[in-house]
Parts: sequence; structure tokens; C-alpha cells
Amino acid sequence: MTDFVPARYFTPLLAAFFFLMFAGDAAAARIGELVQTDPWQQMRRFFTFSDPGLRLGLIGALLFGATCGLLGSFIVVRKMALIGDAISHAVLPGVALGFLWSMDKDPLAILVGATIAGLTGSLVVELIQRTTKIKQDAALGIVLASFFAVGLCLIRMIQNNNGASKITGLKSYLFGDIAVLDRQDILTITAVVIITVLLVVLLYRPLLTIGFDREFAYSIGLPVKLLDGIFQLFLAFSIVVALQAVGVVLVSALLITPAAAAYLLVNRMHHMLWVASAIGMLSAVLGVFFSFLGSNLPTGPFMVLGASSVFLVAYLFAPRHGRVTRWLRHRSRRRDVSNENTLKSIYRILEQGAANGAGNVVQIDKLAGERRVSKAELLTDLRRLRRIGAVDLIAQGRDVMLTDAGLQRARRVVRNHRLWEVYLTNEAAYASNHVHDDAEKIEHFLSEEKVAEIEHQLDYPEVDPHGKPIPGRIGA
Amino acid sequence: MNLHRIFVEPWQSHASHYWPVFAMAFFVTVACGLIGNYLVLRRISLVGDAISHSVLPGIAIAFILTGSRSGTPMFIGALVAGVAATLLIEVLHSRSRLKQDAAIGITFSTLFAIGVILISIHGAHTDLDLDCVLFGKMDFLPGREPVFLGVPGVTVTMAVVAICVGLLIIIFYKELLVSSFDPSLAASMGINPRLVHYLLMAILSVVVVAAFISVGAILVIAMLILPAATACMLSDRLWLMMILSVLHAFISSLGGVHLAVALQVPTAPASVVVGAVCFVVVWIVSPRQGLISLWLRSHRADRAPEVRSAGNV
Repeated sequence: MTDFVPARYFTPLLAAFFFLMFAGDAAAARIGELVQTDPWQQMRRFFTFSDPGLRLGLIGALLFGATCGLLGSFIVVRKMALIGDAISHAVLPGVALGFLWSMDKDPLAILVGATIAGLTGSLVVELIQRTTKIKQDAALGIVLASFFAVGLCLIRMIQNNNGASKITGLKSYLFGDIAVLDRQDILTITAVVIITVLLVVLLYRPLLTIGFDREFAYSIGLPVKLLDGIFQLFLAFSIVVALQAVGVVLVSALLITPAAAAYLLVNRMHHMLWVASAIGMLSAVLGVFFSFLGSNLPTGPFMVLGASSVFLVAYLFAPRHGRVTRWLRHRSRRRDVSNENTLKSIYRILEQGAANGAGNVVQIDKLAGERRVSKAELLTDLRRLRRIGAVDLIAQGRDVMLTDAGLQRARRVVRNHRLWEVYLTNEAAYASNHVHDDAEKIEHFLSEEKVAEIEHQLDYPEVDPHGKPIPGRIGA
Repeated sequence: MNLHRIFVEPWQSHASHYWPVFAMAFFVTVACGLIGNYLVLRRISLVGDAISHSVLPGIAIAFILTGSRSGTPMFIGALVAGVAATLLIEVLHSRSRLKQDAAIGITFSTLFAIGVILISIHGAHTDLDLDCVLFGKMDFLPGREPVFLGVPGVTVTMAVVAICVGLLIIIFYKELLVSSFDPSLAASMGINPRLVHYLLMAILSVVVVAAFISVGAILVIAMLILPAATACMLSDRLWLMMILSVLHAFISSLGGVHLAVALQVPTAPASVVVGAVCFVVVWIVSPRQGLISLWLRSHRADRAPEVRSAGNV
């Protein structure tokens, strides 16, 4: 756990926060009050941080982006994405009640109200599942929409009873508006984020255990129910923290999408937490940037699109699981196999002709016959082999000559093939006329060590089951 | 509170306003409630939510391009977006290590975000604004000119949709029933379960899109699930559940209209609140699965442990 929160990562971040928070207020209007929207000018304003409202918004975005990524990771690995969605909708009546209670946009009252509503929502889902035969999906749907409807009614009632002045404040909770964040909101968010991060650090291992293997967690005596409760509390917290800037409707996307992107990028949970937090921050900042370019645009959808773009990049280009990277890897592996098969054919022709002293040169027509491909296809393969320096085309492209590197590689493949045939015949008791197809596949993937091991185990055979000589070890 | 204002006036002096609102609410809840029974049975309730969110960009683009609020372009747009969403979910889910829930969540939130951005850029002060997405426009349906029995065209369309859904369910009752409960039995009877599934999804999309303008994108999930969930706590018979969900639809739409008048809120969320109250009441008093009977049974079981095994089977 010590590698989880190295202080050195936090120091620069904290410095940036304080700079953004207390830097002198330049003479600039708040984001929402801007009327003229020249995108270039807005972009300049964005990158010079000359707008105090924007500075606060960015701090908030970085903070809750990180928290959402952190907790979203647990949600994604626990397959709770739709639960997160339901709970995020269910906080709406809490927001309205918190507003009613304080009769103002008091962040603390709204935080408490929303957290209570979110927890009540998840409790009701649990209760419906336990006491009736209604299944989880329907229970989630019921809670999501019913709570949301109550919230909508409450908001409309508040709007009816109060002047238009306070409506904007409350309406930003639906689709998000980063411009309404003030210093008090930021302080509340910071406090919640610190508590959440601390709890995640302290409870990292237990939370991981109940997420991956509940039976095991019970068996080692973890308080699973309590931990579940704490996790629900976190979830409500993170939703509430992001609420004002992202909006009730889309906040669940900021939980799921960055974590899902991280899930595609890395394999270990503590790496995933880091990457998801970083992506969450990036998405949030992207959202602030794009919604800042126009005026009076809701922030939430842009943050979601930011997260989705990052996810798309991860989906396509993730080093191991990306679609494009996987396709490229596949292609290069297919080419390797095809290259090696061509080299092997050349070697076998040479082997047959070795007695009449033909050297390293083979006629292309003969090779095409051996490979059973058209001459044009073969030439494409041979040019590829020439690029990697395995063969040379001579006699105006009528003959092909193996280079030293090509010969070595061909010998290696043939050696692998024939050794594997001996291995299957001797050790696995295959009939000697059934071993070729298997060897044909594995010859490309046997590592040097494996081959050495097999050779040792077979006591250095010299011929394969069909009586053909096994080429000696490379360099031997 | 002025009971006269809430319960009598809507049907006397303001009848020409409230009659179409009630009719719309009723047809939306009936159509959603009937199809919702199959969603609950097949445990795919949240698909309705995903569809209603995903079609938003299609509806928005069709609205912006044509500038009209007539049904056809919106429906085509919604259809394209819906099919795109289905394909995306399938691709994300089957071609990567993501689980289905995350794939659904990412897809529908992305599409929904695109829709919200398009609407907030182009749709302000039109029939299709963010308020419509959230609250629905049941009280101020576009094109209110009455065309039939004092109800406007959109309500007639919704009524036709509701009647078609009812008829399809009656005609294909056996096929839907068998394939929902036992797909392999259905296959052995010569019913193609996949075909039935896609048919159901198609009907669901039509219902969701038709209901969009009056209930928006988010509340529709309540209209889909609440009637069926309430009904399934009262009965095990599917045909009885259907009748009960129509009853639930009637109560929630009528109650919704009156609650909306009482609280001065839009009718769509008010209907959902009434529907949710019905659900909670049934949850408490239902004879076999209700909280009270559950409590009574466990109470009795405490005193006579041998009853417990018989009672809870």
C-alpha cells in the first residue's frame, strides 16, 4: 500500500491548486456572464487562467475528476456500473431538499441531503430485492426514476415559490455548470475528496477483497456488510462532489468511462486507480475547456464527451487490449509465419538439391510450385523477405538466394519443426504420420530455451521420424 | 389545500386543457406498462432506459435538420441512433474485456451527452429543449389543435401505438410468454427466441420514441417498470399482470394530473410519483409478498419454528 499515494505526486498538484485558488483576481467576468463568444479569445483566456471563475472551475474539475476515477475503478471491476447510474439519479430529491432546508445554494446542506438521498436509494434497491421477487434491474429502474421524478417535482415547486434568481443555481445540478462553483463549493469538494482518498487508502485491501471475491472476504472474517455500506457512502460522496459541475443526469458517466478506459490500459488494480484518476482529471478539464469556448453551455455533457474520447483512444490503441494494436500485432504475427514458411520451403528445396551442389540459389518457379502459390503472390512475399534481409533476388528476378541471416532463420524453423515431430512421436506417443500438422503450427512459436530443453530431453536426436536430418544448433 | 380546485375544476372549467393531458398520460403509461411487463420478466428493464437515452441525438438531429416536430423524421433519427447504440454496445462488449454493464453505461451516456449538447446549442426556446428531455411536454403538447375527440394529433398517435401494442401482445401472447420464461422450450416449439427478442426491442423503441415528447428521456423508465413491478407483486399470472398494469397506468395518470394541479408541477413527473406511491402501497400490503405479510409470517415463524420451513418454501 505504500506505493499507492507517494507524496511526491501530490506536492506539485497541491501547489497548482493553491496557485489557482489564490492568484490575484484579474478583471474578468464570470463564465456565465460572458455574452460575446469568440472561440479564439476564449481559448486565450482559458490558457492564461485570467478568469477567476475558470480557475475555481478547474480546481473543482481536477479534484472531482480524480475522485470519480478512483471510485469508478471499484465500480467497474465490481460490475456495478448501472447501480452507479441509478444512485446518481436518486440523489436529486436530496439536492432539492437540501436547497429547501437552507433556502440557499448552501453546499453543505446540499451535500448532506444528496448523500442521504443516494444512500436511501441504494437501501431501497437492496430492500426491494430482498423482500420481493423483483430482480435487480427492475429495482434499479424503479428507484432511479421514482426518486428522480420526486426530485423534479420538488425542484419545480421551489422554482414556483422563489424568484428566478435562485433557479439558475438549482438548475445547474441537472446538466452541470462549472461556472456556478464558488470558493465555498471548492472548499467543500476539497474536504470530501480528502476524506474519500484517505478512506480508499486505508481500506484499499479490504475493498479490493470484497470486490473480487466475496466468499473469500467472508471466510477471512472481513465485515463485508459494513464495507459495502462504506463503499455505498463513498459512491454517494463522489457523485455529490461532481454533481454541480457534471449534473445528476450524466455524473455516472464520469464514474464509469474513465475507469473503463483505465481497465483497458492496465492490469493491476492500484495502477488502474492511478490511471483512472488521471483520465478523470483529463476528462473534466477537457469538459471545462470545451464548454468554456461557447457561452452558457452545460458542462456535464462536454465532460462526458471528453471521457468518451479518452475511452475511444484507449479502446483503439491500448498497448495490449486495443483494437488497432491487436490488429497490428495479429498482422505482424501472420507475416512472420508466412515469412518463415517461405524460408522453410527454400531450405527444403536446397536440402533436396544439396547433393547436386546448387548452392544457396533456388528458381522462383520451383519455389512457387513447392509453396503452391502464384508467382505474383510469391514475389510479394519474397520482396518482403528481401526488405528484412533474408533473401536476395538474382538473375533478373528468376532466382532467389538465401542470405546468411535467412539461412539461419530457415534452419531454426526446420529444426523446431523436426524436433517437435520427434518429441510428439517419442514422448507423447503420436503416430509418426500424425505429427506434421501440429509441428507446422508450433514451429513458429517455440522459444530458444524450450527447444534446448526438448533437445536435451530427447538426447540430441539427429533425424526426425521421417528420416530427415535435423539441422544443427545455430552457430554450432 | 383547495380540493375543489384540485379535483373538480380540471374536469369542469378547464376540461379542454386537462382532458387531452390525461388522455396522453394514460396512453403513454398503458403502452409503456404493457411492454414493460416483458422487460421485467426478461430482466432487461434497464434496456428501456438505455434506449430512451441513446435515441436523443437522433431526435435532436432530425429536429434541427427538418425544423419540424412532425413524427416521421424524428422517428427515423431515433431509429438510426437506436440501431447505432445497439451495435456500439455489442462491439464494446464482445470485442473487449469490458463487461456488459460498463458497455451499456458508456454508450448511452455518450450518445445522451451528444444529444444534450445539440439541444442546448440549437434547441433553446423551441419545443425540443432541455426541459422537454427532463420533464416532458405533456402539459403543453406541441400542435395542440384537437383533431379527434378533443385530443391533439400526438395523442392520437400515442393512442394508436398503445392499441397496436395491446393487439400485438394479444396476438403473440403465447410466443412472448414462452420465449420470456423458457427460451429453449420456445425453440423446441418452433418459435425463434431471437426473433421474438428483436421484435420486442422494436416495439419498445417505437413506444419510447412516441412517448418522448410527452415524458422526456429519463422518466420513461418509470412508466415502463412501475406498472409491471406493482402487478407482479399481486399476481403470478401474466394476463392478470397485464390487466393490473393497465389499472396501475390508469391510477397513476389520473392521480398524476391531479397531483400536478395540486403542486403546480409538470404532469409527467407527477404521474411517476403517483405510480411510485402505488408501488410502495402494494409493496406494503400485498397479501403474499407484502412487507406486512412478510413481517407477520416471520413473527409467526419465531413462535412456531416448524411452520417456517413450510411457509417460506
